Amino acid sequence: MIPGAFDYHSPKTLDEAINLLNDLGEDAKILAGGHSLLPMMKWRLAEPAHLVDISRLSDLDYIKEENGFLCLGAMVTESGLENSELIAEKYPILKDTSEVIADPLVRNLASIGGNIAHGDPANDHPATMLALNAIVVVCGPNGSKREINIDEFFLGPLWTALGENEILTEIKIPMPKQQSGGCYIKLERKVGDYAIAASAVTLDFENGKCSSSGIALTNVGPTPVRAKDAQDVLIGTDVSNEVIEQASNLAAEASQPVGDHRGSEEYKRGVVKTLTGRAILKAKNRAMGGN
Amino acid sequence: MSKCKTSPEVGGMGHSVKRKEDARFIRGQGTYVDDVVRPGMVYMDIVRSPYAHAKIKSINTEKALAHPGVAAVITGETLKEYNLHMMPTLMSDTQMVLPIDKVCYQSQEVAAVIGTDRYSVADGIELVEVEYEPLPVVVDPFKATDSDAPIIRDDKEGQESNHIWHWEEGDKAATEEIFNNSDVVVKERIYIPRIHVASIETCGCVSEFDKATGQLTVWMTTQAPHAIRTVLALVAGHVGLQEDKIRVISPDIGGGFGGKVPVYPGYVIAIAASVVTGLPVKWIEDRRENLQADSFARDYHMDCEIAADKDGTLNGLRIKTLADNGYADAAANPSKYPAGMFSICTGSYDFKNAFVEVDGVYTNKPPGGVAYRCSFRVTEAVHAIERMVDMVADEIMMDAAELRMKNFIPKDAFPYHSPTGWEYDSGDYHAALQLAMDNIGYDELLKEQKEKRERGEFMGIGICSFTEVVGAGPSKDFDILGIKMFDSSEIRIHPTGKAIARFGTKSQGQGHETTYAQIIAEELGIPFTDVSVEEGDTDTAPYGLGTYASRSTPTAGAAAAMACRKIKAKAKKIAAHLLETSEEDLEWEVGKFSVKGVPDKAVTIQDIAFAAYTNHPQGLEAGLEATHYYDPPNLTFPFGSYIAVVDIDSGTGEVKVRRFMAVDDCGNIINPMIVEGQIHGGLTQGLAPALYEEISYDDEGNITGGSFMEYLVPTAVETPHWETDKTITPSPHHPIGAKGVGESPTVGAPPAIVNAVVDALSHLGVKHIDIPITPEKVWRAIHKNEVA
Amino acid sequence: MEKKSITININGSPRTGEVEDRLLLVHFIRDDCALTGTHIGCDSTHCGACTVLLDGTAVKSCTVLAVQADGREVATIEGMEGEALHPLQEGFFEEHGLQCGFCTPGMIMSAKHLLDNNPKPSEEEIRCGISGNLCRCTGYQNIVKSVQYASNKLQSSESAGGK
Repeated sequence: MIPGAFDYHSPKTLDEAINLLNDLGEDAKILAGGHSLLPMMKWRLAEPAHLVDISRLSDLDYIKEENGFLCLGAMVTESGLENSELIAEKYPILKDTSEVIADPLVRNLASIGGNIAHGDPANDHPATMLALNAIVVVCGPNGSKREINIDEFFLGPLWTALGENEILTEIKIPMPKQQSGGCYIKLERKVGDYAIAASAVTLDFENGKCSSSGIALTNVGPTPVRAKDAQDVLIGTDVSNEVIEQASNLAAEASQPVGDHRGSEEYKRGVVKTLTGRAILKAKNRAMGGN
Repeated sequence: MSKCKTSPEVGGMGHSVKRKEDARFIRGQGTYVDDVVRPGMVYMDIVRSPYAHAKIKSINTEKALAHPGVAAVITGETLKEYNLHMMPTLMSDTQMVLPIDKVCYQSQEVAAVIGTDRYSVADGIELVEVEYEPLPVVVDPFKATDSDAPIIRDDKEGQESNHIWHWEEGDKAATEEIFNNSDVVVKERIYIPRIHVASIETCGCVSEFDKATGQLTVWMTTQAPHAIRTVLALVAGHVGLQEDKIRVISPDIGGGFGGKVPVYPGYVIAIAASVVTGLPVKWIEDRRENLQADSFARDYHMDCEIAADKDGTLNGLRIKTLADNGYADAAANPSKYPAGMFSICTGSYDFKNAFVEVDGVYTNKPPGGVAYRCSFRVTEAVHAIERMVDMVADEIMMDAAELRMKNFIPKDAFPYHSPTGWEYDSGDYHAALQLAMDNIGYDELLKEQKEKRERGEFMGIGICSFTEVVGAGPSKDFDILGIKMFDSSEIRIHPTGKAIARFGTKSQGQGHETTYAQIIAEELGIPFTDVSVEEGDTDTAPYGLGTYASRSTPTAGAAAAMACRKIKAKAKKIAAHLLETSEEDLEWEVGKFSVKGVPDKAVTIQDIAFAAYTNHPQGLEAGLEATHYYDPPNLTFPFGSYIAVVDIDSGTGEVKVRRFMAVDDCGNIINPMIVEGQIHGGLTQGLAPALYEEISYDDEGNITGGSFMEYLVPTAVETPHWETDKTITPSPHHPIGAKGVGESPTVGAPPAIVNAVVDALSHLGVKHIDIPITPEKVWRAIHKNEVA
Repeated sequence: MEKKSITININGSPRTGEVEDRLLLVHFIRDDCALTGTHIGCDSTHCGACTVLLDGTAVKSCTVLAVQADGREVATIEGMEGEALHPLQEGFFEEHGLQCGFCTPGMIMSAKHLLDNNPKPSEEEIRCGISGNLCRCTGYQNIVKSVQYASNKLQSSESAGGK
């Protein structure tokens, strides 16, 4: 219940935060929403010597469209996403995702940056971001800034491409094309649980045919899993029920679940298949202007 | 309920008056144990074992003691100096307070750190270095009595295996005869897993010992403060604690459900620490400690068989059960009943005969077996019978409701003597089931199900017609460690007609401050708002065994009515004096005595109370008060019929409880609002183990389900909208005809839900699914043809 | 251990304390400020018994550091009653929305956040809105009714006085 001792730092600017990280080295952790880190610290599964709190850096809390991208500041909270009209209207997959994360109280503080930077394959945004082909913007010492393709960001359980002295500052998502839709469907044992499995799907259509697609899966592998074959099989088709069935099977094959208290490997693959099928259908309906 | 006898202002029985206790709770002004702060108070935290079975080679406290704020580390050796390292369990077994040689379950208490604040002691426990040597573990109770199984309780003289006790009830030979002569025998092994009460408040205490006076005061999360005080005096008399100088205070309790009946080692260590240091010591568990080490409930493996005829007549019942007690038999059962009231398992049906046997074994798991919102194993019994009845219906292809109706104990057969020796007080089972069926539209549901099945959709309807057994209990049969299970009420009427009433029970949310006042209002006509109710302080409350097993209304509630009747008898004498007439000429109507035939010539209970202190008749004692210790002549037998409707998502295996109709009969009702609230809560605590909750162990005895991440307490989203209704069949032997209700829904809901799920899958050949019914179990039944 | 001086405005009163960096907000509220209406029911950010409003937003105070709340506004159950009970408190009383009372303060603070942001929630929205708070006694049904009671009362008092 009670974390070990640490020093708390509350930098006023992003640069100050990065400098702190740089100076303090591996003993320091970023405190964003705190809803992944503090529970681990209360169980003493994590005992960082320093916490660098970026939750009060209000310049990291924004949702805006710019230069062909939806740009989300790292400190946008899940409830911020849930309640954004722009998100509800143009990026329903993000609303789908944020509203199934943990519970409403957690979502009031938990940040999208933290959800991604934590590198937990059980978190929900990572798969969604894969399906959306997002770009992770990362700032480091001396004003350095780099953009990481989401496919290169997740390296293993709780392990990302983020350097020790870097801070994830923004997520960039390509703005949707003319006819596109996305959807995230999660199966959880109860509210507040991680996914047994979840499936994120995005589809773009041109002239009635699927021109591009993104399919990614939550909590069925050491990292979020992109189901590439499943994506490919949709391309060029009208995404008929038959094709959806094929893609769902391919997604199940692409998943790498391990059996645990949430279910056996076999069951989780079955769930991936079911959810992916449903998510493709819903994404298609949304692309066609439905809900 | 028939018309109320009292006005809403008086608020006697049958009025849904608002709860008096809520005034403090809605303001955040309740006083729970962690809210108690004493001058100079220190804190305690506990080092726990990572192993399920291991030798303790050494405990090094040096680093912990060097940590700022840490004052002391207590080990088994420390306690042994005072002979307090072992304690008795409620079942007269023994249990370690802190170990000397070995640990026997994961998360067992190993040492305690005392320090100035919560944070220091939390650090301190990380710094206590314990060297363990792992021992082979016994996890599977079926292997516990294998010849090569390690003996867990090698500390007990004469304990040569892990078998603890054998218990049986019923006529074995006659039952066998019935089985041999019936058309159909249906068998199933049913497991009702380990679960936990998971009250939102965990356990804890503040123990304060005054070295100068020898006075020990303990504020603790207990449902039975008097019993705790007596046990303390019995086991710690040798260190100078005597009963008159022990005061146990049970403050506001944040949910108990049976989990706050046992004495946990943490309490004893905190008490010992305060006696040794002379300082107040606070110990509050965290959630993981609570789930991992405090008493579990259930964990019964039941081999069930029913013998029936093809026409649906139920003839015989046989159940052989293995009870996994963990490291010690620390069940909260009355002394004479090692398997509690499990033999009530013939349920609502008129079997010709039955035979039940239970064997208890030790395993390397935490001790327990508490009556979690359940009268001592009645949940297990009802689960077994209500599942088996459905299996018979399935086997002979008879409608599950029809089969029940055919075999119910008829209304005119009460008092009914069951083949396992119980005398059911009253019941009308047909009426309750019929009402549930009418309310939910049973026939339409059957039609809907048929149509859906043709479309490939999975929908199920499940019934549970349970009979409960509560109100422990008659002293000839029921005691805990020898203390008889009566309960008490002490009522004093003040001169101005207001009253204070004290009880041996202890509310943990049941609303005693309101309902007891209503009983007194009913009996004496004093408005319930004029009656203060106190419980939980052994210095002031009369002796009683506490609140669990739905016993408060059947015992202490009855005691209140009886005490009121004593008061009324005296009041009548005073009234005769005031009205200058004889007692025979007086008649009572709510709140006053009047002269027969002259209604204007009357004195109110308030007038009488005033006179009792200002103008009492010569020869009569002054004052107006009474105490009653109520020893019930029998238990009470509430019952009900529940119908669940579930929809199943075949793609994921998720079960959704679409509707749930609960018809309860708890006899006469004191406060319908409170009864309905208890039913909602109990149903939710029945939903939880049916679909979500379980504490299980891996092969090494490591717990799974030991935090709220894995112990899946349902939220408002998983919980359906409950539909409730009632029939009223008063208890013939209870002074106010009440029966108790708290646990009925927890007992009755799980089989209704399981029966509905199995019904939804029955056309696939599914006969049974053990709880919790996870989505995977359902998905496997549908997609992998895995049918039990 | 070095301590920091913090000031948190709780229910309108500034509360100052010298605290360890790791002190959880819930312990500051309960132990340092003796406002014991806010409870602790778990160690994994699940139960919601510790729910308070931080700058008007419902949060689990067991998963916020006291130093993080420095200079900010916190509202607890003790601040809900003004000249009269808050409609939510009244709703819980009238609709029997509590039994043991342990989850009640957190439940009320969660419901406050819900109604502040969605004054007329549906039953489903209420159930979702309070799904970060566990109750073991009531089965939630009367809690839903309590929130509906408050919602109605707040609406009608708004329309009565609301020009």
